[in-house]
Amino acid sequence: MNGEPAHERIAEFSCPIPISDHPNILLAHGGGGQLTHSLIEKMFAPAFRNSLLESRHDGAVLSFNGIRLAFTTDSHVVHPLFFPGGDIGTLAVNGTVNDLAMCGARPVYLSAGFIIEEGMPMETLWRVVQSMRCAAARDGVQLVTGDTKVVEKGKGDGLFINTSGIGILEHNLSIAPASVRDGDVILLSGDIGRHGIAIMAVREGLSFESAIQSDCASVAGPVMELLKTGIEIHCLRDLTRGGLATALVEITEVARLQADLEETAIPVREEVRGACELLGLDPLYVANEGRFVALVPSKDALQALTLMKSHSGDACVIGRVIAPQSRSFESGVVTIRSPIGASRIVDRLSGEQLPRIC
Amino acid sequence: MKYIDEYRNAKPAARYARSIARLMTKPWTIMEVCGGQTHAIVRFGIDALLPHELSLVHGPGCPVCVTPLELIDKAIEIASRPNVIFCSFGDMLRVPGSAKDLLTVKAAGGDVRMVYSPLDAVKLAREHPDREVVFFAVGFETTAPANAMAVYQAHQQRLANFSMLVSHVLVPPAMEAILSSPDNRVQGFLAAGHVCTVMGCEEYEPLARKYRVPIVVTGFEPLDILQGVYMCVRQLEGGRAEVENQYTRSVRKAGNLSARQLIREVFDVTPRKWRGIGEIARSGLGLRPEYAGFDAERRFDVAGRRVEEPAECVSGRILRGLIKPHECPAFGSRCTPEHPLGATMVSSEGACAAYYRYRK
Repeated sequence: MNGEPAHERIAEFSCPIPISDHPNILLAHGGGGQLTHSLIEKMFAPAFRNSLLESRHDGAVLSFNGIRLAFTTDSHVVHPLFFPGGDIGTLAVNGTVNDLAMCGARPVYLSAGFIIEEGMPMETLWRVVQSMRCAAARDGVQLVTGDTKVVEKGKGDGLFINTSGIGILEHNLSIAPASVRDGDVILLSGDIGRHGIAIMAVREGLSFESAIQSDCASVAGPVMELLKTGIEIHCLRDLTRGGLATALVEITEVARLQADLEETAIPVREEVRGACELLGLDPLYVANEGRFVALVPSKDALQALTLMKSHSGDACVIGRVIAPQSRSFESGVVTIRSPIGASRIVDRLSGEQLPRIC
Repeated sequence: MKYIDEYRNAKPAARYARSIARLMTKPWTIMEVCGGQTHAIVRFGIDALLPHELSLVHGPGCPVCVTPLELIDKAIEIASRPNVIFCSFGDMLRVPGSAKDLLTVKAAGGDVRMVYSPLDAVKLAREHPDREVVFFAVGFETTAPANAMAVYQAHQQRLANFSMLVSHVLVPPAMEAILSSPDNRVQGFLAAGHVCTVMGCEEYEPLARKYRVPIVVTGFEPLDILQGVYMCVRQLEGGRAEVENQYTRSVRKAGNLSARQLIREVFDVTPRKWRGIGEIARSGLGLRPEYAGFDAERRFDVAGRRVEEPAECVSGRILRGLIKPHECPAFGSRCTPEHPLGATMVSSEGACAAYYRYRK
């Protein structure tokens, strides 16, 4: 027994999220918005507290005798398993490869854990495995360990895949939200919102004139090139659920700086914009699976942009980091200048984005 | 994007803002009726371009916000029953009832589904003849034709397992309730363009005459709203009180005749309770006796429920334009989108949610 009073020890074991708030897990707890944030900040982070976890990055960077490794994990649940532009297999490999790349690491090894629902056609699993093989080969990563579990019919949604990954850092930069500085330029690697709308269109049976393809892709290529050219990258973040808005809100909150964006500079494909207008969704919050933001000092911005443009013509500068312009912005804020020239705040989404009535 | 970007252009926006400022000789208070307009004003920062002496107040035109608590409780009760598939538009799912919301019902195992059209619910009823399919029919005149069509089709197809929980509301009676209130401060209206696309402009004429108030039927893009404000201010400064149509690319004077006919076929005008405002005579739509078999309140025997609104939420005063969201003492502290006290904080079109999301 330690010397702490009994009530303090009890407090350690009682749930820090008041039960009255949300006695049950809601879908929004996994949506990447405010509820996910509070689950991490109030439950996971305090429970597992350590210095590596504090960086709040896409993966942890570990040092062993002068060698720096990045380590990350990601679980993939997507319905349908196959969608225009990709499938759960490409997502599972690219997702973890991208998280490693966001740490500035060259992806090397992956693990894969399969949770398969009883009754799934063997042929479907085979197609997913082939997708994973191709995606891994493209990025030169090896799948070196894995696990298989089968759950009873009705206890899983076909197939869930968890991948973990290890990458090597071959530079001395500290690529993390805390490295972001006043004056940094914010670069975006391509158009946004395609994955979320592609999935929604298939899932909800919405038909548009042309099928919207997911942007699902590895971003390791452009990131490795950025690193090779010696650009002083301050932070990288891939845009997944929660979209561009959530990624930048998370970065500015750690950096305690202000990010000013220009709405008209952010590329969104016509068909994605159309779908968003129709459904009352904001593309800033729609999921992506092959896009990232890079925050670099202005001296390197042009070089970084040229390089990123060689991978996607839509790559562009979308804004700039500045010192907080008011007291209430000191804990970090993202603002955006609307097409008519007025500024507003971009916040985390409180729950899932839900289509509106009219 | 075609037909969108033209209406979100900074240069003409600035020109309109300057013209409005030049017109004004004294302060005016204008209410935009529709939640979609409120959302656009705050999202694009339209009010930031306008002179300080012009006050835009946000009206009751958010269907989610004005749906009374007791109806949400009824929806939750019906959705919790074992054999029910409960269908709703997305943004109703998060609106808090007295104890929980529909997303919580779903998390606890209820079959709650988000649909994009009431006709999707009719299709579900056809596909699941052994289940009761209920559609939550909320909204203004804008959603009424599609909802009427769903009931009409269910009737034609003799679908015995389809019903509707109806909470339709009408705009003109709400405007009249605001204008006739002794503490009213609204001097001009931007009427809701999409409501008028269905209903036309004529029913606003008596209001403009009786209360000597200009009413400009207005669209939803930044330039629409700025032009609507310009037209409204020009009337106010000129001492006129007329119904004008800014949104001519969508609204005809008589509205959409076949949509209106369909509404009349299926619905009757009824009294309706509005969240935060109370009951207003002849302010809603209910199923006509011929279609009463599709009334979910009857089928599930929940018609008699009465629930009082929580006292702390001042959304009624916000919806009547008496105060602005950030003037509420609970705003951003005891009332946030994660823990809303009232629906104006939940709906993406709610004035409180718009202020919270874009202003804080």
